[in-house]
Amino acid sequence: MSAPTYDLGTLHGGLRLPGHKSESTRQPILDVPVPGQLVLPITQHVGDPAQPIVRIGERILKGQLIAEPDGTLGAPVHASSSGTVIAIEPWPVTRRNGGTAPCIVIECDGKDEAVHNTEPPVDFRTMAPPDLLRKFLQGGIVGLGGAVFPTAQKLMQARTCEIDHLLLNGVECESYISCDDMLMRERAGEVISGAQILMHALQIDVCFLVVESDKPEAIRRLGDVLGEVNDDRIILKQVPTIYPSGGEDQLVQLVTNREVPSGGLPSDVGCLVQNVGTAAAIHDWIINNQPLISRVTTVTGDGVVSPVNVRARIGTPIADIIELAGGYTERAQQLIIGGPMTGKSVTTDNVPLVKATNCILVSSETPSPGPELPCIRCGDCASVCPVQLLPQQLFWYACADDEKKMREFGLMDCIECGCCDLVCPSHIPLTADFRVAKGRIRELADEKARAARARLRFEARNDRLEREKTDREAELAEQKASAKKAGPSAIAEILKRQQEKKEGDD
Amino acid sequence: MEFKRREAPFLAPQVSVSSLMLQVLAAMVPAAMAHVWYFGPGFIFNLLVAALFAAAGEALMLSLRSRKPESGLTDYSALVTAALLAFALPSLTPWWVTATGALFAVVVAKHLYGGLGFNIFNPAMAGYVVILVAFPMHLNLWVAPSMGDLDYQHLSILQTLAFTLTGSLPEGLTVDAISRATPLDVMKSGLNNARTVSEIRSIPIMGDFGGRGWEWIGNFLAFGGLWLLIKKIIRWQIPVGVFIGLLLPATIMYMLDQGSHASPGFHLFGGATILCAFFIATDPVTAATSPKGRFVYGLGIGLLIYCIRRWGSYADGVAFAVLLMNMAVPAIDYLTRPHIVGHNDGVNRSRSGGNDA
Repeated sequence: MSAPTYDLGTLHGGLRLPGHKSESTRQPILDVPVPGQLVLPITQHVGDPAQPIVRIGERILKGQLIAEPDGTLGAPVHASSSGTVIAIEPWPVTRRNGGTAPCIVIECDGKDEAVHNTEPPVDFRTMAPPDLLRKFLQGGIVGLGGAVFPTAQKLMQARTCEIDHLLLNGVECESYISCDDMLMRERAGEVISGAQILMHALQIDVCFLVVESDKPEAIRRLGDVLGEVNDDRIILKQVPTIYPSGGEDQLVQLVTNREVPSGGLPSDVGCLVQNVGTAAAIHDWIINNQPLISRVTTVTGDGVVSPVNVRARIGTPIADIIELAGGYTERAQQLIIGGPMTGKSVTTDNVPLVKATNCILVSSETPSPGPELPCIRCGDCASVCPVQLLPQQLFWYACADDEKKMREFGLMDCIECGCCDLVCPSHIPLTADFRVAKGRIRELADEKARAARARLRFEARNDRLEREKTDREAELAEQKASAKKAGPSAIAEILKRQQEKKEGDD
Repeated sequence: MEFKRREAPFLAPQVSVSSLMLQVLAAMVPAAMAHVWYFGPGFIFNLLVAALFAAAGEALMLSLRSRKPESGLTDYSALVTAALLAFALPSLTPWWVTATGALFAVVVAKHLYGGLGFNIFNPAMAGYVVILVAFPMHLNLWVAPSMGDLDYQHLSILQTLAFTLTGSLPEGLTVDAISRATPLDVMKSGLNNARTVSEIRSIPIMGDFGGRGWEWIGNFLAFGGLWLLIKKIIRWQIPVGVFIGLLLPATIMYMLDQGSHASPGFHLFGGATILCAFFIATDPVTAATSPKGRFVYGLGIGLLIYCIRRWGSYADGVAFAVLLMNMAVPAIDYLTRPHIVGHNDGVNRSRSGGNDA
């Protein structure tokens, strides 16, 4: 086996959160049976919505393409079991502000009949990287760490930069979430195979497989597999358990000591980050021809009877998954999709599991911290901020709606990790306030852009009118000049003609 | 099943302003006990008067500003102000002097600037300076510390209370008979009268480093301060800045001329240095807020304390130094902003300096 290495860069601040991971890692990953109904949102990635290509009433098979990528940063959607399309309609989904989104609803027949694949398997090593990326897109592969950025497009962008490091993110730093941990324990080989495919796609020779120190079992399993495959391009790195070291930019900084530029991407500093779950999904698609139609997710919290990790088909209603975990306890009051720091709370368990769903956290109500007090400038927020912002100053400028200062103090660099909220003695909801302020800044920028466009239009119109005027004058002058050249008799004739015309008009 | 909606994060904060303030108060308890031990029960009466008027001022201002009085009172910030004021006062202080200081601190220095979190000046120090300038005679009543060989005048609890309430001493005692110059006063007037430091330090009131009694209060304050540091309620930058700012010039001057400059140890344990470094300058509201800025802020306070002690007309300069540096805080904060990760200020290689919009 190969041992993890530790030489690391530095990350500012962060928090040691209560882990709560052991609850859900006691038993192996459970498979969720085919549900009665699957609800597949056409937007399960960051880009434009996919376009449904199935009709209502149509029978479809497991793995069949049901919505095609469209627009920028698109990704396709595949049916995750066989059945009949019964509706394409708005359905409650997991979003910051609640609400619904268009979904394809499939009534499952329980046969779980898969598409018959005629394509002969191809060794990825013989494929040209662009072809491999096209294949990633067809498989509906998106980042499974939570950001759901389409992997093909991410790699395509990265190939335009000088990339020298692939980072596989197995950090999973938020409390409660353990799906990547369990995945690495049970499918270490697939994760490493995915890493090899990614390295081929990027044509690079360095891959850091980064795992947090609270996952010794996963590290051991990965080390064993690495020893077996004997691929010295892949280096296992152990990082300390500090939230939010699993954020993309934070991970780059922690592992390579390179700072991702403000507003830029890890590829600007030669890095590409992929979640370990994505690597396993890539393996499933490239090697086993199985598109992204299921994922591992953690079901946990004091609101579920037996916390566990499950592998569920994309589109399975959360309620079905909770049932498999023994149902709700009487403490269940909040349903959070994602972790307790950055997750989104939803009002109903009718929402489906999507590609982004890494955790289903059911908990009792967050104890009220008491009333919000004025900021006392203690600076604890600044000392935990991983981006080294001064939240206390940003809060001040956000209250004053001072856009220039907010930008100057780096509001747009805030990663909304929530660390500042947790240490604030005045109980100010800083992250929520910053989220609003960022929205406001984007709005102002839109307004400015609109105003600029309007001004351009106005100026263009003025220019056109001016040009028409000068053209007309030039034309007149030319006529006058030619008339003059023709002599007095010609002028008399013109004047007469004009006179006649005038009389005729009258 | 229906659930409640909330915004992330879903973990509750573990700290509160009131718990911070209570811990600051707790850290002062050993020093307060030492104060009573050496200088009699006057400290307790001063503290009670200051707390009463600070709380009353807080409640009055909150109700005038149409806020709920209990919200401001339960954060205990007024109590911290009162305690700091009590530490600054001689044990024998008439109640109306203390009350003036406490009321000015809370009403003018704190609430007229917008209340907790918005005041520019340290309320306790603003209150102290007002009474120092307005009633200098009444802030001179330092008795000698209770040590066997010193002419300590023991006043009973009732006699102390009577003085606090009426300003009159028991029959047969005069102010001049019981009040003693503080070590810093002795040093200042001694040096002004061209005596050498070693002569001055041979006076019985002087202890190992500072003044006897005073230096023990200082020790207990330092213990409390270290506890606050360990509990991460205060950060190291301000205390270290104050100590360096004061001790560096003190050491240099002392090494240049040991006859006419007090030792760094005397500066450290004399007067309110330790109280200032751990409890006064660390008031988060009025201090600089970036880590580098806090160090600069502490450094400035230390330097000013040295300058005022050495060349000013006041024996100690803590209050003035703190208030002067309070004024500099916005500039310090602006000039010491930390490097934001990913911002192009010459540290990292960057594609563009702009933000997304």
